[in-house]
Amino acid sequence: MGARMRAFFRTSEFDRDFDAELESHVTMLAEDHIRRGMTPKEAERSARLELGGLTQIREAHREVRGVPFLDALLQDLRYTSRTLRRDAGFTTSAILIVGLGIGASSTIFSVVNALLIRPLPFRGPGRLVWIANDGNEGDLSNQTVPVGPFLDLRDQTRSLSDVAAYYAFYGVGDNKMTGDGEPERLNGVPVSQNFFPLLGVQPQLGRSFTAEECKGNHPVVLLSAGFWKRRFASDPGIVGRKLTLNERPFTVIGVMPASFDFGSVFAPGSRFDLFLPLPLTPEVDRMGNTLSMIGRLNPGVTVQQARAEAGVLSEAIRVRRNRDDLRFKVGLLEEHVRGRLRPALFVLVCAVGVVMLIVCANLSNLQLARTATRQKEMAIRVALGAGRGRLVRQMLTESVVLSCCAAVLGLILAAAGTRVLAHLDAISLPLRESVHIEAGALGFTLLVAVLTGLVFGLLPALQVPAGAVHDSMKDATRGSSGGKRHNWIRAALVISEIAFACVLLVGAGLLIRSFLRVLDVNLGFRPERAAALRIDASSQYSTQARRNAYYDEALRLVKSVPGIDAAGLTDVLPLGHNRSWSAGAKDQVYSRDHPPPDVFVRIVSDGYLKAMGIPLLAGRDLTERDNASGKPVMLINETLARTLWRGRDPIGQTATYVDVDRQVAGVVGDVRHLALEQGSGCEMYLPIRQTNDYFSVDLVVRTSLPPAALAPAVRAALKPIEPNLPANEFRTLQQLVDKAVSPRRFVVLLLAGFAAFALILASLGIYGVISYSVNQRTQEIGIRMALGASAGDLQARIILQTLGLAAIGMLIGVTASWILTRALSGLLFGVTSTDPVTFLGMLIILTVVASAAGYFPARRASQVDPIAALRAD
Amino acid sequence: MAESKSDILQGTLDLMVLKTLDAMGPLHGYGVARRIEQLSEEALLVNQGTIYLCLVRLVQRGWIKAEWGTSENNRKAKYYSISKAGRKQLIAETANWERVSGVIGKLLQLGARS
Repeated sequence: MGARMRAFFRTSEFDRDFDAELESHVTMLAEDHIRRGMTPKEAERSARLELGGLTQIREAHREVRGVPFLDALLQDLRYTSRTLRRDAGFTTSAILIVGLGIGASSTIFSVVNALLIRPLPFRGPGRLVWIANDGNEGDLSNQTVPVGPFLDLRDQTRSLSDVAAYYAFYGVGDNKMTGDGEPERLNGVPVSQNFFPLLGVQPQLGRSFTAEECKGNHPVVLLSAGFWKRRFASDPGIVGRKLTLNERPFTVIGVMPASFDFGSVFAPGSRFDLFLPLPLTPEVDRMGNTLSMIGRLNPGVTVQQARAEAGVLSEAIRVRRNRDDLRFKVGLLEEHVRGRLRPALFVLVCAVGVVMLIVCANLSNLQLARTATRQKEMAIRVALGAGRGRLVRQMLTESVVLSCCAAVLGLILAAAGTRVLAHLDAISLPLRESVHIEAGALGFTLLVAVLTGLVFGLLPALQVPAGAVHDSMKDATRGSSGGKRHNWIRAALVISEIAFACVLLVGAGLLIRSFLRVLDVNLGFRPERAAALRIDASSQYSTQARRNAYYDEALRLVKSVPGIDAAGLTDVLPLGHNRSWSAGAKDQVYSRDHPPPDVFVRIVSDGYLKAMGIPLLAGRDLTERDNASGKPVMLINETLARTLWRGRDPIGQTATYVDVDRQVAGVVGDVRHLALEQGSGCEMYLPIRQTNDYFSVDLVVRTSLPPAALAPAVRAALKPIEPNLPANEFRTLQQLVDKAVSPRRFVVLLLAGFAAFALILASLGIYGVISYSVNQRTQEIGIRMALGASAGDLQARIILQTLGLAAIGMLIGVTASWILTRALSGLLFGVTSTDPVTFLGMLIILTVVASAAGYFPARRASQVDPIAALRAD
Repeated sequence: MAESKSDILQGTLDLMVLKTLDAMGPLHGYGVARRIEQLSEEALLVNQGTIYLCLVRLVQRGWIKAEWGTSENNRKAKYYSISKAGRKQLIAETANWERVSGVIGKLLQLGARS
């Protein structure tokens, strides 16, 4: 074998050697002839004849001594590059089409890999579990537990080696950093001491929290890698430095590694700067449900076992801690992070698969057309002795080379695409930041390229003639003698393209309509021209009276800025965090079987309703007179009014929560606070001046000023009472809405892109087939025109032929869509999976596109000169 | 047909080449071809060129060695000689042929008797 490989690589050397050998043979033979009496010239000629066909011998020699398979492959490759270069137009369009298809596939593969397949970036990620309270999905209050039960679970569990927690009600921008440089609001999350060890994450600088530091409010902090790089330029001397957070000095004890992105896994769409120690103290316990928990399964323990144990433990803890609402729910952490994504990503994977099928059908068609014109060339090669297998291999080599070239283009597109995606902060998808191209994607791309080449090259390759091809060798103008069969195959390919495109269009159409419906939803407030800014009262306002005075002054100053129409305060913004308390009507009796409803709490000031654009339906808005000396009042939303006092006038009624009574002063419209797709639930608005139970204050303004002008104006206005307002602050409400909708928007954009691509390919396919058929029938058209057919007639005939093709494709496509869109139903909103408007719309689009594609060949046909056509044969 | 003869007798040709080289010492391709033509009365070689295919095969199998040298007439020619492995192969093949021909001989005698 080694000798053969050597011979393969040194072909020309061996060739020369053999030629010399043959020459010497001829010389010696000729000498013998001369000795026998021939003339030198005759002798040489006779010698050569006796030796036999030189070319054949040389070829046979090469074959015997080398590796014939590789030889043939090299020859095929050289031939391929010649033919592809000759057909530059075909080559370019083929590479573009396949390149786009492969680019899309590789991008989606990388996305799915990062979001679904790659294990979470922790130690032993398959053994990590997520432990939550079994409550209402959207309501964070119902999903978290207090400190007490967390400690109980941690101490009593036997199926989990450890349980850690983080404080789920961190506020966005809770930590205001002042001191050197611009004041800035930072996102920080308190974590239990064993949180990082449980995940197997070590700080890259410094150390993690000690048990001592988690016992109280020790002022130590860990920085995230991103924050360290951004604010401190990765200064290695950061450990030990002091930062001023919320006017207290904190010591930096370490920096987390760049691979650790808390937000990516636990809070998609958010970026975290700090990690603080979570004190597991009775104070925090009194705050109620606040902690989210993770755990690690002991070796050999299954999730089901852990789940069962947790159920048993929660029963005991419920009794011991006297909390009726406690029920632990255990599931794999991976499932919790990714589960929601699966349906959408599955749809995208299927869509990209359909796109690749269309690409293959399109390329197959193009190749078939080329094969038809190369029949003569094939025939000659067959006559010269090429076996059918050899020709088929040649065609397949061509296709695979084309798709490999296209794969290079595709990889470039995918690299760009994934990079853009990883940096699209506007889309809040878990693990989005980790999307990138890697070795797996390269391998996948290569595989797809080779498969695509084989698939679309197969059909034309099988068209290669096997035996006698006398007809092709004659100078018949119409070329392919298998014309009828060819046409049938090409028509079938185009029909399949149309059917696939139809499926994609319907899917995209349904998702687009859902998306529009979601955007159309009545949010309950008006996000346009409104923005929010954190203005927590600094610690100098230590009593409620002082704080109230601060709020009064702040509102007055802001409202005096020209261009600001309304301003109010709130502790939570829509589509952000939520908390709920049980609240009921005072005059109602509640029991275990008939518990009071969970009501979302908003602490707001006067002017909030106006600033947010929430309609007041009955009673009155809050005023600045609703303060500590006034009667305790509240506003409720429609749903709560209906729930507590159905049929009666709620104004003046009293509601109770915990141990506080409040009178209902007004009823406002429902606000979709959780998600655009979800109803609002029960909401109550408490006056900020009458309670202390809030942790952050946002100022909401409704304004005609552009956002760029707004921030400086407000900061200037508030300077007398708050000189240290951080810069990175104003969020427009529209931004909040957009962020909430962003995952849906992401899927819709991708799917719409695929559908558009499919539509273009399908129309190109139709154009190609009809155009070809018109060329074939030039003579027939000439005869018709000579016999009196008008241009209009001919055009109509051809367009009808086009529509016929399209109709069959659409029929198949619609039937397939009818069945397949059921898989989409989890993603739809406001439309059914068999929405007639969508189906009808897609049919119309396809018909229009098909007619347009057929129009140009039709026009060309009608412009045929009958005499030239008749003479052409 | 001329082609099938050399196909069928490819193994035989190998054997003859080895025997020739063994008996006559190092020889160039032309010389081998002439000798085999003489012995087999042109039954084995369609044209002299095909000897080279056989020679290349034998070189690759390591049974003969090739070297450029000078002929009697002071011409450059490539000389082939049998190797030790080739000699062993020759002995084995010869024994094989003798066994086979012995068996066939007996069979033919059998037929002749009846």
